[in-house]
Amino acid sequence: MQTLIQQVLNALQLGSVYALIALGYTMVYGIIRLINFAHGDIFMVSTYVAFFIGTALMSHALRLPGIVAFGLTMAAAMMVTALLAVLIERFAYKPLRQAPRVSAVITALGVGLFLENFTLATIGPDPRFLPRFFSVQTFTVGGVAFSNIQIIIIAVSAAVMLLLDTIVRRTMVGMAMRAVSWDKSTAPLMGVPVDSIISITFAIGASIAAVGGTLFGMVYTVDPYMGIRIGWWAFISAVVGGIGNIRGAMVGGYILGFVEIFTPVILPASTYRDFVAFSMLLLLLIFRPYGILGRPVAQKV
Amino acid sequence: MMDDRSPMTDDVVLSVQDLHVSYGVISALRGISFEVRRGEIVTLIGANGAGKSTTLRAISRLVPIQQGSIIFEGVDLRAVPPHEVTAMGISHVPEGRGIFANLTVQENLKLATWGKKDQREIQQAYERVFSLFPRLAERRHQLAGTLSGGEQQMLAVARALMRGGRLMLLDEPSMGLAPVLVREIFDVLREINAAGTTILLVEQNARQALKLAHRGYVLETGTIALAGTSQELMDNPRVKEAYLGG
Ligand SMILES: Nc1ncnc2c1ncn2[C@@H]1O[C@H](COP(=O)(O)OP(=O)(O)O)[C@@H](O)[C@H]1O
Ligand SMILES: [Mg+2]
Repeated sequence: MQTLIQQVLNALQLGSVYALIALGYTMVYGIIRLINFAHGDIFMVSTYVAFFIGTALMSHALRLPGIVAFGLTMAAAMMVTALLAVLIERFAYKPLRQAPRVSAVITALGVGLFLENFTLATIGPDPRFLPRFFSVQTFTVGGVAFSNIQIIIIAVSAAVMLLLDTIVRRTMVGMAMRAVSWDKSTAPLMGVPVDSIISITFAIGASIAAVGGTLFGMVYTVDPYMGIRIGWWAFISAVVGGIGNIRGAMVGGYILGFVEIFTPVILPASTYRDFVAFSMLLLLLIFRPYGILGRPVAQKV
Repeated sequence: MMDDRSPMTDDVVLSVQDLHVSYGVISALRGISFEVRRGEIVTLIGANGAGKSTTLRAISRLVPIQQGSIIFEGVDLRAVPPHEVTAMGISHVPEGRGIFANLTVQENLKLATWGKKDQREIQQAYERVFSLFPRLAERRHQLAGTLSGGEQQMLAVARALMRGGRLMLLDEPSMGLAPVLVREIFDVLREINAAGTTILLVEQNARQALKLAHRGYVLETGTIALAGTSQELMDNPRVKEAYLGG
């Protein structure tokens, strides 16, 4: 029983990160119907930004409290990554908005490869570790052990997702995002600046990935190719939840977190987990292509 | 010349001169010129494909202009980005209504207040819209996609009212509606006009449009074939034959 609860915590921790990244896929798809295959690599870049800024802020000369350094690192990673995504949209995707969709998808793949190889060439292949913002504390409650880091990851992710959900549902910008997603030609008639709303969407998606990147970097190492596998898992999360559907991406992320953690528990080896994830993707695409929370509506594009 | 219903004013709100628009190789407008004066209801009638929607889209800057000018209250709109045209005082009810089906009725209306700061003015606009269209008030929390066609058209007009322009462009508001609903919508348009909004109405339903409008233009394959007061057009044998069913 204790190990089960422990595994559930692990699944929630990993699922949180998948959900945060899945949101970027789903938001960009929602707004311009593009599967942004560079998003996993944008996440990767965010962890490097967190690595460099975090390392600088945690240097002994500054004597910043860990929580302050953590907060500043995350904020900086969010801003830099948002700017990167906005530039990618502006210069790589926007010129292709009227082109056949496949051109933009190929461009996205190219941007992803560029980010990987640029990182490899400038920073190198060695895995990096984010500095320790917090000393690890382990608590045991009823025989279940968990760490403060785990709680931070799960709680910060949940808070960010709640905030995003509120923005999308309650604010004018959120309404504009949904409106642009439905019909780009009518939105300007309401005074909505469509290009700016698209930029804002990329910025939000990327900064949420940067929250995921900073949290992920507190537990795992950082390397130039980390965005590939995690990007795929997050993409599958988005599709499982219903691509374009924000709450769906959140649910999908947690589902994939559970798949990853529980596959080795149920099946003989952890090597099955990608097989399970991709099988889920395939089955879903065949039987419920609009995902768990997505609705089969004929959307105007 | 002027119809007795026509408001006596020389104040030109909108002046379109020698407007050319094409979609790739298809030339949709081949140099049309017309004007709308303050307080008028002007209608552009014409068959399917004549270029009516393109004219309105050009005014709202949704399609590129090849040649010609569009002057609204003295400002050339060619340099204005689409989302700023409406802020200058033009509200556009697009063809096919263009409501956001994935937003609630209330959200559709709220979005139309984009960029507006004056809360009192927004509140007054809501009150006006809900008194003109009580059915929208009843359904305000429903997704707009669940409304009937007539209700969606009301929402589209209501949204334009929320934007509160001095000139309202309407693209076939009667399309697909039962005659009783068409009358309802047109009554509201008359009311809106009486309250001071200038209207440019595009219609295939020439009979209804000419009954409502002070003046009209007949658009045929991208050129203006006829112009006159509504009475003159209704009496014109060519119009009778081609647009009023003999
Ligand atoms: N998006 C478009 N792409 C290509 N051709 C178009 C497009 N929209 C309209 N057209 C063409 O332009 C002409 C005028 O169309 P439109 O302005 O929609 O006419 P109307 O509103 O009077 O029915 C038609 O020949 C139509 O086929
Ligand atoms: Mg039309």
